[in-house]
Amino acid sequence: MATTFEAVEVGQELPRITKEPTTQQLVKYAGASGDFYQIHYDKDFAQRSGLPGVIIHGLLKAGWLAELVTTWAGPDAFVRKIAASYRGIDVPGQPYVLTGRVTGKRAEDGRGLVDLEIWGENQDRQQTTLGSATVELPLRR
Amino acid sequence: MPVPEEVLAAARAAIGVRGQAVSHRIELGAIRRFVEAIGDSNPLYTDAEFARTTRFGGIIAPPTFLCTLHAGGAALPVRFGRVTLNGGNEYEWFRPVRPGDVITAQSQLADVRAVDGRSGAMLILTSEIRYTNQDDELVAIGRSTGIRRE
Repeated sequence: MATTFEAVEVGQELPRITKEPTTQQLVKYAGASGDFYQIHYDKDFAQRSGLPGVIIHGLLKAGWLAELVTTWAGPDAFVRKIAASYRGIDVPGQPYVLTGRVTGKRAEDGRGLVDLEIWGENQDRQQTTLGSATVELPLRR
Repeated sequence: MPVPEEVLAAARAAIGVRGQAVSHRIELGAIRRFVEAIGDSNPLYTDAEFARTTRFGGIIAPPTFLCTLHAGGAALPVRFGRVTLNGGNEYEWFRPVRPGDVITAQSQLADVRAVDGRSGAMLILTSEIRYTNQDDELVAIGRSTGIRRE
Protein backbone atom coordinates (compact mmCIF):
# COMPACT_ATOMS: atom_id res chain seq x y z
CA MET A 1 0.00 0.00 0.00
CA ALA A 2 1.64 3.19 -1.11
CA THR A 3 1.18 6.32 0.93
CA THR A 4 0.24 9.55 -0.83
CA PHE A 5 1.06 13.03 0.38
CA GLU A 6 -2.61 13.98 0.65
CA ALA A 7 -3.41 11.00 2.87
CA VAL A 8 -0.73 11.79 5.44
CA GLU A 9 -1.79 13.46 8.67
CA VAL A 10 0.47 15.24 11.12
CA GLY A 11 0.67 13.20 14.31
CA GLN A 12 0.07 9.94 12.46
CA GLU A 13 2.20 7.06 13.73
CA LEU A 14 4.28 4.84 11.49
CA PRO A 15 3.65 1.09 11.71
CA ARG A 16 6.43 -0.21 13.96
CA ILE A 17 8.89 -2.85 12.86
CA THR A 18 10.60 -5.25 15.24
CA LYS A 19 14.07 -6.68 14.64
CA GLU A 20 15.56 -9.69 16.39
CA PRO A 21 19.28 -9.06 15.89
CA THR A 22 21.70 -11.95 16.36
CA THR A 23 25.49 -12.07 16.32
CA GLN A 24 25.11 -13.74 12.90
CA GLN A 25 23.28 -10.68 11.63
CA LEU A 26 26.11 -8.46 12.86
CA VAL A 27 28.61 -10.60 10.95
CA LYS A 28 26.45 -10.40 7.82
CA TYR A 29 26.20 -6.66 8.21
CA ALA A 30 29.94 -6.35 8.78
CA GLY A 31 30.55 -8.23 5.53
CA ALA A 32 27.91 -6.38 3.51
CA SER A 33 28.93 -2.94 4.74
CA GLY A 34 32.68 -3.45 4.93
CA ASP A 35 32.76 -2.31 8.57
CA PHE A 36 35.11 -4.80 10.20
CA TYR A 37 35.62 -3.00 13.51
CA GLN A 38 35.98 -5.94 15.93
CA ILE A 39 33.62 -4.50 18.57
CA HIS A 40 30.80 -5.85 16.38
CA TYR A 41 31.87 -9.51 16.25
CA ASP A 42 34.77 -10.23 18.64
CA LYS A 43 33.47 -10.42 22.22
CA ASP A 44 36.94 -10.40 23.83
CA PHE A 45 37.99 -7.39 21.80
CA ALA A 46 34.72 -5.60 22.66
CA GLN A 47 35.17 -6.27 26.37
CA ARG A 48 38.78 -5.11 26.29
CA SER A 49 37.43 -1.91 24.75
CA GLY A 50 35.21 -1.37 27.77
CA LEU A 51 31.98 -2.63 26.21
CA PRO A 52 29.64 -5.28 27.69
CA GLY A 53 30.12 -7.49 24.63
CA VAL A 54 29.66 -7.14 20.88
CA ILE A 55 27.40 -4.25 19.99
CA ILE A 56 25.11 -3.47 17.07
CA HIS A 57 26.54 -1.22 14.35
CA GLY A 58 25.06 2.27 14.55
CA LEU A 59 24.61 2.21 10.79
CA LEU A 60 22.64 -1.04 11.01
CA LYS A 61 20.20 0.78 13.28
CA ALA A 62 20.15 3.65 10.76
CA GLY A 63 19.42 1.06 8.06
CA TRP A 64 16.46 -0.19 10.10
CA LEU A 65 15.20 3.39 10.45
CA ALA A 66 15.43 3.74 6.68
CA GLU A 67 13.51 0.46 6.33
CA LEU A 68 10.86 1.80 8.72
CA VAL A 69 10.45 4.94 6.62
CA THR A 70 10.47 3.31 3.19
CA THR A 71 8.16 0.47 4.22
CA TRP A 72 5.63 3.05 5.37
CA ALA A 73 6.15 5.53 2.53
CA GLY A 74 6.03 2.97 -0.28
CA PRO A 75 8.16 2.37 -3.38
CA ASP A 76 7.27 5.69 -5.02
CA ALA A 77 8.69 7.73 -2.18
CA PHE A 78 12.15 9.27 -2.29
CA VAL A 79 13.96 9.63 1.02
CA ARG A 80 15.52 13.09 1.16
CA LYS A 81 17.09 12.99 4.58
CA ILE A 82 17.64 10.71 7.55
CA ALA A 83 19.48 11.65 10.72
CA ALA A 84 20.20 9.16 13.48
CA SER A 85 21.85 9.84 16.82
CA TYR A 86 23.00 6.83 18.82
CA ARG A 87 22.31 7.47 22.50
CA GLY A 88 22.95 4.02 23.85
CA ILE A 89 24.72 0.77 23.17
CA ASP A 90 22.58 -2.07 21.82
CA VAL A 91 23.42 -5.72 21.91
CA PRO A 92 22.23 -8.73 19.89
CA GLY A 93 19.85 -11.23 21.47
CA GLN A 94 17.19 -8.69 22.34
CA PRO A 95 14.33 -7.36 20.22
CA TYR A 96 14.75 -3.86 18.84
CA VAL A 97 11.72 -1.81 17.83
CA LEU A 98 11.71 0.97 15.24
CA THR A 99 8.88 3.44 15.07
CA GLY A 100 8.02 7.08 14.47
CA ARG A 101 5.43 9.70 13.74
CA VAL A 102 4.65 12.45 11.25
CA THR A 103 5.70 15.87 12.51
CA GLY A 104 4.92 18.00 9.49
CA LYS A 105 4.00 18.15 5.81
CA ARG A 106 4.66 20.84 3.23
CA ALA A 107 4.54 21.32 -0.52
CA GLU A 108 7.76 22.61 -2.05
CA ASP A 109 8.36 23.13 -5.77
CA GLY A 110 5.35 20.97 -6.58
CA ARG A 111 6.61 18.12 -4.42
CA GLY A 112 5.06 16.80 -1.25
CA LEU A 113 7.51 16.62 1.62
CA VAL A 114 6.75 14.91 4.92
CA ASP A 115 8.85 15.30 8.06
CA LEU A 116 9.12 12.46 10.52
CA GLU A 117 10.39 11.88 14.00
CA ILE A 118 11.79 8.35 14.15
CA TRP A 119 13.47 6.30 16.83
CA GLY A 120 14.57 2.86 17.93
CA GLU A 121 13.99 1.39 21.35
CA ASN A 122 15.35 -1.58 23.23
CA GLN A 123 13.38 -4.14 25.20
CA ASP A 124 13.39 -1.83 28.25
CA ARG A 125 11.71 0.81 26.07
CA GLN A 126 14.76 3.04 26.23
CA GLN A 127 15.08 5.12 23.08
CA THR A 128 18.68 4.37 22.20
CA THR A 129 18.46 5.79 18.67
CA LEU A 130 16.83 9.15 18.03
CA GLY A 131 16.27 10.40 14.53
CA SER A 132 14.40 12.41 12.00
CA ALA A 133 13.63 12.01 8.33
CA THR A 134 12.22 13.89 5.38
CA VAL A 135 10.58 11.93 2.61
CA GLU A 136 9.16 13.03 -0.71
CA LEU A 137 5.81 11.38 -1.39
CA PRO A 138 3.90 11.13 -4.64
CA LEU A 139 1.11 13.68 -5.12
CA ARG A 140 -2.31 12.47 -6.18
CA ARG A 141 -2.79 13.13 -9.87
CA MET B 1 42.37 12.69 31.86
CA PRO B 2 41.07 15.44 29.57
CA VAL B 3 41.90 15.37 25.89
CA PRO B 4 45.50 16.72 25.69
CA GLU B 5 45.81 20.16 24.11
CA GLU B 6 48.31 18.93 21.51
CA VAL B 7 45.94 16.15 20.41
CA LEU B 8 43.12 18.64 20.04
CA ALA B 9 45.34 21.07 18.15
CA ALA B 10 46.56 18.37 15.77
CA ALA B 11 43.01 17.22 15.10
CA ARG B 12 41.83 20.79 14.52
CA ALA B 13 44.63 21.35 12.04
CA ALA B 14 43.19 18.51 9.96
CA ILE B 15 39.75 20.15 9.57
CA GLY B 16 38.93 20.73 5.92
CA VAL B 17 41.69 18.49 4.59
CA ARG B 18 40.14 16.25 1.96
CA GLY B 19 40.80 12.55 1.80
CA GLN B 20 41.49 10.75 -1.43
CA ALA B 21 38.42 10.41 -3.68
CA VAL B 22 37.46 6.74 -4.14
CA SER B 23 35.18 5.53 -6.93
CA HIS B 24 32.90 2.51 -6.68
CA ARG B 25 30.84 0.78 -9.33
CA ILE B 26 27.45 -0.10 -7.84
CA GLU B 27 26.78 -3.82 -8.08
CA LEU B 28 23.42 -5.49 -7.82
CA GLY B 29 24.92 -8.31 -5.78
CA ALA B 30 26.31 -5.87 -3.24
CA ILE B 31 22.89 -4.24 -2.89
CA ARG B 32 21.32 -7.67 -2.42
CA ARG B 33 23.78 -8.68 0.31
CA PHE B 34 23.29 -5.35 2.04
CA VAL B 35 19.48 -5.55 2.21
CA GLU B 36 19.72 -9.19 3.28
CA ALA B 37 21.99 -8.16 6.14
CA ILE B 38 19.55 -5.47 7.24
CA GLY B 39 16.60 -7.82 6.80
CA ASP B 40 14.79 -5.42 4.47
CA SER B 41 12.68 -7.37 1.96
CA ASN B 42 11.54 -4.35 -0.08
CA PRO B 43 11.43 -5.57 -3.73
CA LEU B 44 12.49 -2.12 -4.97
CA TYR B 45 16.07 -3.17 -4.22
CA THR B 46 16.06 -6.66 -5.71
CA ASP B 47 13.17 -7.25 -8.13
CA ALA B 48 13.76 -5.56 -11.49
CA GLU B 49 10.25 -6.22 -12.76
CA PHE B 50 8.64 -4.70 -9.68
CA ALA B 51 11.09 -1.79 -9.59
CA ARG B 52 10.22 -0.93 -13.21
CA THR B 53 6.66 -0.10 -12.13
CA THR B 54 7.82 2.50 -9.57
CA ARG B 55 8.76 6.15 -10.09
CA PHE B 56 12.40 5.05 -10.26
CA GLY B 57 11.84 2.85 -13.30
CA GLY B 58 14.32 0.26 -12.03
CA ILE B 59 16.21 -1.08 -9.07
CA ILE B 60 17.79 1.45 -6.73
CA ALA B 61 20.06 1.05 -3.71
CA PRO B 62 18.47 1.47 -0.28
CA PRO B 63 19.18 4.80 1.44
CA THR B 64 22.01 3.79 3.76
CA PHE B 65 23.78 1.68 1.12
CA LEU B 66 26.07 4.69 0.69
CA CYS B 67 27.85 3.70 3.90
CA THR B 68 29.35 0.73 2.03
CA LEU B 69 31.14 3.08 -0.37
CA HIS B 70 34.21 3.83 1.63
CA ALA B 71 36.03 7.08 1.15
CA GLY B 72 39.76 7.33 1.66
CA GLY B 73 40.00 8.66 5.18
CA ALA B 74 41.85 11.88 5.62
CA ALA B 75 44.65 10.54 7.81
CA LEU B 76 44.10 11.96 11.27
CA PRO B 77 47.43 12.47 12.98
CA VAL B 78 46.17 11.86 16.52
CA ARG B 79 45.89 8.95 18.89
CA PHE B 80 43.30 9.18 21.61
CA GLY B 81 40.96 6.80 23.36
CA ARG B 82 40.74 3.04 23.48
CA VAL B 83 37.49 2.75 21.56
CA THR B 84 35.79 4.69 18.79
CA LEU B 85 32.00 4.67 18.85
CA ASN B 86 29.64 5.92 16.19
CA GLY B 87 27.74 8.84 17.67
CA GLY B 88 25.45 9.46 14.74
CA ASN B 89 24.90 9.48 11.01
CA GLU B 90 23.05 11.86 8.80
CA TYR B 91 22.41 11.56 5.08
CA GLU B 92 20.89 13.95 2.64
CA TRP B 93 20.01 12.45 -0.75
CA PHE B 94 19.57 14.34 -3.99
CA ARG B 95 19.43 11.49 -6.51
CA PRO B 96 18.85 7.75 -6.32
CA VAL B 97 21.81 5.37 -6.62
CA ARG B 98 21.36 2.65 -9.25
CA PRO B 99 23.23 -0.52 -10.14
CA GLY B 100 25.87 0.35 -12.74
CA ASP B 101 26.41 3.87 -11.39
CA VAL B 102 29.96 4.86 -10.54
CA ILE B 103 29.85 6.75 -7.27
CA THR B 104 32.84 8.70 -6.02
CA ALA B 105 33.12 9.24 -2.29
CA GLN B 106 35.35 11.90 -0.79
CA SER B 107 35.57 12.72 2.88
CA GLN B 108 36.79 15.58 4.95
CA LEU B 109 36.98 16.28 8.64
CA ALA B 110 34.37 18.93 9.42
CA ASP B 111 34.62 19.53 13.15
CA VAL B 112 36.55 18.51 16.27
CA ARG B 113 35.42 18.85 19.88
CA ALA B 114 36.63 17.67 23.25
CA VAL B 115 34.03 16.79 25.87
CA ASP B 116 34.29 15.66 29.47
CA GLY B 117 31.54 13.08 29.64
CA ARG B 118 30.23 10.81 32.39
CA SER B 119 32.56 8.06 31.22
CA GLY B 120 35.61 10.34 30.94
CA ALA B 121 37.08 12.55 28.26
CA MET B 122 35.90 12.15 24.70
CA LEU B 123 37.23 13.42 21.41
CA ILE B 124 34.32 14.01 19.03
CA LEU B 125 35.10 14.10 15.31
CA THR B 126 32.53 15.06 12.71
CA SER B 127 33.28 14.18 9.13
CA GLU B 128 31.47 14.75 5.90
CA ILE B 129 31.47 12.59 2.80
CA ARG B 130 30.26 13.88 -0.55
CA TYR B 131 29.03 11.32 -3.07
CA THR B 132 28.98 12.18 -6.75
CA ASN B 133 27.99 10.05 -9.72
CA GLN B 134 29.56 9.35 -13.13
CA ASP B 135 27.96 12.55 -14.50
CA ASP B 136 29.54 14.62 -11.71
CA GLU B 137 26.15 15.16 -10.12
CA LEU B 138 25.94 15.38 -6.36
CA VAL B 139 24.07 12.28 -5.22
CA ALA B 140 24.23 12.65 -1.46
CA ILE B 141 26.07 14.10 1.48
CA GLY B 142 26.77 11.99 4.54
CA ARG B 143 27.80 13.30 7.95
CA SER B 144 29.04 11.12 10.74
CA THR B 145 30.10 11.70 14.31
CA GLY B 146 32.88 9.55 15.71
CA ILE B 147 33.39 9.45 19.47
CA ARG B 148 36.81 8.40 20.73
CA ARG B 149 36.70 7.66 24.40
CA GLU B 150 38.97 6.21 27.03
